[in-house]
Amino acid sequence: MTLPAPALDALIGNRRRRLSRRRLVIALLLSIVAALFALTLVLGQSYTSPGDVIRVLLGEDVPGAGFTVGQLRLPRAVLSVLAGLSFGLGGAAFQIMLRNPLASPDIIGISSGASAAAVFAIVVLSLDGPAVSVFAVAAGLGVALLVYALSSRNGVAGTRLILVGIGVSAMLESFILYVLSGAPAWTLQEALRWLTGSVNGAQLDQMLPLLVALAGFGGLLLSRTRDLEALRLGEDTAAALGVRIARTRIVVIVAAVGMIAFATAMAGPIAFVAFLSGPIAARLPGSNGSLLVPAALTGAILVLAGDYCGQFLLPSRYPVGVVTGALGAPYLIFLIVRINRSGGSP
Amino acid sequence: MTLHALTTSGLSAGYGDAVILDGLDLAVLPGRITVIVGANACGKSTLLRAMSRLIAPRRGQVLLDGKSIHHIPSRELARTLGLLPQSPIAPEGITVADLVSRGRHPHQGAFARWTRGDDEAVAAALAATRTIELAERPMDELSGGQRQRAWIAMALAQQTEVLLLDEPTTFLDISHQIEVLDLLTDLNQTRGTTIVMVLHDLNLAARYADELVAMAGGRLYACGRPEEVLTEHNVRHVFGLESRIIIDPTSGRPIMLPIGRHRMATDSRPARSGHPD
Repeated sequence: MTLPAPALDALIGNRRRRLSRRRLVIALLLSIVAALFALTLVLGQSYTSPGDVIRVLLGEDVPGAGFTVGQLRLPRAVLSVLAGLSFGLGGAAFQIMLRNPLASPDIIGISSGASAAAVFAIVVLSLDGPAVSVFAVAAGLGVALLVYALSSRNGVAGTRLILVGIGVSAMLESFILYVLSGAPAWTLQEALRWLTGSVNGAQLDQMLPLLVALAGFGGLLLSRTRDLEALRLGEDTAAALGVRIARTRIVVIVAAVGMIAFATAMAGPIAFVAFLSGPIAARLPGSNGSLLVPAALTGAILVLAGDYCGQFLLPSRYPVGVVTGALGAPYLIFLIVRINRSGGSP
Repeated sequence: MTLHALTTSGLSAGYGDAVILDGLDLAVLPGRITVIVGANACGKSTLLRAMSRLIAPRRGQVLLDGKSIHHIPSRELARTLGLLPQSPIAPEGITVADLVSRGRHPHQGAFARWTRGDDEAVAAALAATRTIELAERPMDELSGGQRQRAWIAMALAQQTEVLLLDEPTTFLDISHQIEVLDLLTDLNQTRGTTIVMVLHDLNLAARYADELVAMAGGRLYACGRPEEVLTEHNVRHVFGLESRIIIDPTSGRPIMLPIGRHRMATDSRPARSGHPD
């Protein structure tokens, strides 16, 4: 069992190559996020020169650009990035933990739960600010617990959890419609926010809680990266490798739901971003290792690009959720057809 | 090297209302190969799962060096006791090298760096299982035998002194079954790894076991050297099957030949003509 040195060197070389490819993918995703962020600031209905944008960002008063960039475009771009990161990271964490791309929080009702709670808090209870987020987080966790309880019988099977989740999600969406229809002063745009998600009307001072939630919950999730990677080998193997399954599961659920609920309370349940980010990140050439960071960046790209398309590239203005929804729905159908063919979990 | 002693005392376990293990006492021989056999649903897999802490005992305990495994921190336990479950899951597109390196999990902290020691452990595991040439191939492209070798390599990279395996030869054709069992015997002989495995095939169990454990109804029915355990009497009791035991001329170990209701040399019916069997 002695080892030839070249074999060890080749192994180390390959591992380093994988690692640098991974870093390259992450760097590339980061630069796409930065480019889309810049595009959102520079080019909207009108063009603002990068110089003016930078001066606005530095707090100077630039006539003609101060309001457009500082009040409209910047909050919108910041919310897009924060919500996209939250959805991408939280969604991928669920998909990895349950080893199923359909087990994403927006498919199994957690996003609709958070959205329903936010609408209820705003319309019926007349709350605003962080109180809405607290409601959303509580409802998100509640729905996660409910779906889990309803689908557990001799252990939780993936497919059952997804079907129960889809049912719960449909119920919550009709609840959102019911609450909104009782509030006649609400515009179609606002209704769409709570049904498909939108970054319209974002305000910079509301971003701090979202940033703090993302940093806290996101950090907690990333600290579980290795355990989540081990869980991909199945629970028995992960446990044999020393992962404490129950504890890991609780940490991941709380962190992912928390992050997604905070983002939902701001931007609504932006359709399918949580669901799409992980699978897209997994298919990037050279992608290997944990999907969490690439999926988070993919989420930010989806929201930034989706919002830009919805605002400027389509014949009329649509909120971001309509665009991402149009992207996600075909993929959802594809996955469900695949389950149907294989008769089990995809 | 100090050899770890794995024992169970009065171990009862089960799922839901079903009691599957019923007060089982077993002392695994350190540094040897123990093979567990028994009829379906006799509790062999449950015993393995309980011994590796995948399920909690109802009563009794599993002891590693006299200490309950439920009182040992999980990573520490995972550095001593490894388990290859019956159907582990390979993530889509994962390469052999990547899979095997996951065996290092219990040796690493949450944010700890990958070290040269980790690389060496992975390389040694690949070499021992002759999967070095496969290292950069995706798991989904491998044959069943190659895939099983890769999984065993992952368990080896974990560098545990005790390795439990739940039916490591299922779904493999006979040449690959022998290959896997030979590989495990190599590990036992060169590294002194204590091996405990569940096997379906009685004859392979008798050939490769130092200690053969026969279970029936959630209890230990017989336990000892293969020639003591694989007897016509025990086969009748454990499997409800009539059999004849002969000695394998190659290994000197017992072989069980089942006796059914048909196809006996003394069968009075005439053989069908023109169809030599």
